[in-house]
Amino acid sequence: MFKKFTHEKIETNAGWLIVLTMLAISVGGLVEIAPLFLLDDTIEKVDGVRPYSPLEQRGRDIYIREGCYTCHSQMIRPFRDEQLRYGHYSLAAESKYDHPFQWGSKRTGPDLARVGGKYSNEWHTQHLMQPKSVVPESVMPNYPWLMTPLDASDVADRMRALRTTGVPYSLTQAEFDKNVQQFGEEHARMFHIPNAQINLVSQAQAGNYDGDNSSVSEMDALVAYLQVLGTMVDFSKIKPEDLVKFR
Amino acid sequence: MTTTASSAPAEQYDYEIIKKFTIMAIVWAVVGMFVGVYIAAELAWPWLNFDSPYFSFGRFRPVHTSAVIFGFGGSALFATSYYVVQRTCQTRLWGGGLIPFTFWGWQVVIVLAALSYVAGYSQGREYAEMEWPIDILIELVWVAYLAIYIGTLMKRKQSHIYVANWFYISFILATALLHTFNNLAVPVGLFTLKSYSLFSGPMDAMTQWWYGHNAVGFFLTAAFLGMMYYFVPKHAGRPVYSYRLSIVHFWALSFMYMWVGTHHLHWTALPDWASTLGAAFSIMLLLPSWGGMINGIMTLSGAWDKLRTDPIMRFMIVALSFYGMSTFEGPLMSLKDVNALSHYTDWTVGHVHSGALGWVAMISFGSIYHMLPRLWNTQMYSVKLINIHFWLATVGVLLYIVAMWISGIMQGLMWRAFDDFGNLQYSFVESVAAMHPFYVMRAIGGLFFLTGMCVMAYNCYKTIRQGQAEASNAAVVAQAA
Repeated sequence: MFKKFTHEKIETNAGWLIVLTMLAISVGGLVEIAPLFLLDDTIEKVDGVRPYSPLEQRGRDIYIREGCYTCHSQMIRPFRDEQLRYGHYSLAAESKYDHPFQWGSKRTGPDLARVGGKYSNEWHTQHLMQPKSVVPESVMPNYPWLMTPLDASDVADRMRALRTTGVPYSLTQAEFDKNVQQFGEEHARMFHIPNAQINLVSQAQAGNYDGDNSSVSEMDALVAYLQVLGTMVDFSKIKPEDLVKFR
Repeated sequence: MTTTASSAPAEQYDYEIIKKFTIMAIVWAVVGMFVGVYIAAELAWPWLNFDSPYFSFGRFRPVHTSAVIFGFGGSALFATSYYVVQRTCQTRLWGGGLIPFTFWGWQVVIVLAALSYVAGYSQGREYAEMEWPIDILIELVWVAYLAIYIGTLMKRKQSHIYVANWFYISFILATALLHTFNNLAVPVGLFTLKSYSLFSGPMDAMTQWWYGHNAVGFFLTAAFLGMMYYFVPKHAGRPVYSYRLSIVHFWALSFMYMWVGTHHLHWTALPDWASTLGAAFSIMLLLPSWGGMINGIMTLSGAWDKLRTDPIMRFMIVALSFYGMSTFEGPLMSLKDVNALSHYTDWTVGHVHSGALGWVAMISFGSIYHMLPRLWNTQMYSVKLINIHFWLATVGVLLYIVAMWISGIMQGLMWRAFDDFGNLQYSFVESVAAMHPFYVMRAIGGLFFLTGMCVMAYNCYKTIRQGQAEASNAAVVAQAA
């Protein structure tokens, strides 16, 4: 039978052409994607990585809305210059709650994977309002509209959708208790969906990220997000050799 | 074969749908390239962002990529594939109402995508920024497209399926596969566009770049090779150089492209084995890519003089040359050591545009110039204008990619430069400031390309008008007789 199977058979039969083409294009993706879900060492097991608080998550939504990823990466590579400029190379674990990932592909501006804690809230607010006022050579646009009030009405819906994708936000007491064990009580309360809106407002009030405590602005949310980037893992507690096998 | 075509091609084939898609390809090219020049200018002169959310670079950039890739590229592919499949199968399109649905559905997709980006809705995935309702519409249009294509192949009057159709089929199947899996997401609600991707972190990155690179591999390469395999031999009046080479080219390309996306993730938190595998396949991919290029260029053997006299032929051959150039540059950039320098820089942007402007756009221009007079049953309005377009486009691409090579390599070198004391020599913003002249040069290159595109739009408009006038004259004469 195989002797008779020439390429002419495919050229004269649409069914064969489609089936064999489908086969040819399916292999690569299967071999590269499926194992990532099955292998144990795709994501490092490190302490400290947690889901975003409601305010941080809303800030992340704004980061995506404004297309920040078109100019900023969030993925530090294991090179000496990047270590000096940005800090420890990024771990897979650090983006395990990122739906979608925002590693980026272009650095028109600097990497932001560890921007958290490097600048003050005031600096971030002023920089986002008018980048050139703090970095004269910058080509980043001004974002004055971030000073408008944040629409926090659907934050619980957003967390519910993220919960469906696997982020451990809690709806029930049992889920809450599990989060207390894993992330500590303070964080677990932040991840409780029924209290999402209250938690969001209280973090914004306490943090006062945009310097104006009269209302919660989009600026509050975005700065809260930027300030947490890359700060979750305490690298002083990790031995480098424990990470090597994951590379 | 003893097919005696007694009826005119216009009745023998369904040309209406092709005309519509061709016109929209030209319209989206002008719009998408204009937005491209605009955002290029924003990087050179940031005041062009006008402090407005709707014009800011981050929201505007996906408008550019979607308008050129899906608007221009997509419409050109619909038009040429419908043309090629009918001519090579010697039959009309199958599908009835599905056919206009693919046209209107696709145009609505582009318009909705652009509006939703400027309004602030984006999935945050490059080249797949469309939110879930638009993704569903794409899926529907695509299934209809596949059905039309297969249906037409099934009722062909030729025993063999011509090679161009293999590439179009591969592109349609692969795009369906990629689009479906890369857009798996959970919507926040039924009445909001916002959604969150199903996967996260490295799995999400892997899926996205499997999609992202194959948007290049199938949408922007396999399909345009289909275009090449029909229009180059047809326009040269020569058979394809090697039929055997086209068989090897087809299967190797379809199989290998799907592996290479991970070269976008070198040195990241994606496991090393995956990105190494991607690099290995990227290097192997050079062979089928160059096989295809050689097959295309050598088709002209015996008719080389046409390059001197025929600007349409020139578009096609220069397109193949850029294809060869960028499919050499690509494997080079997929080497880990080169990638360590080139990744995150403008070099990548330059590489994309040598493929997108040099190969994809130029082969489309050549094909549309070949097809347009046949669709409207007339001659091109002005060959001189085609020639002007050719030079504007060629100079534009060269300015663009040279600017990006210099700025990209300079960025990469500045970021990793150390002074004598082992400190970083440059702050990040010094690299930003150093890019300015090259961002200006890139914008000028883009402006050249856009101007050429406007010349083409004018030339095509006049040609269509001319065709319509001739048709109505002929009708009057026929009536009088």
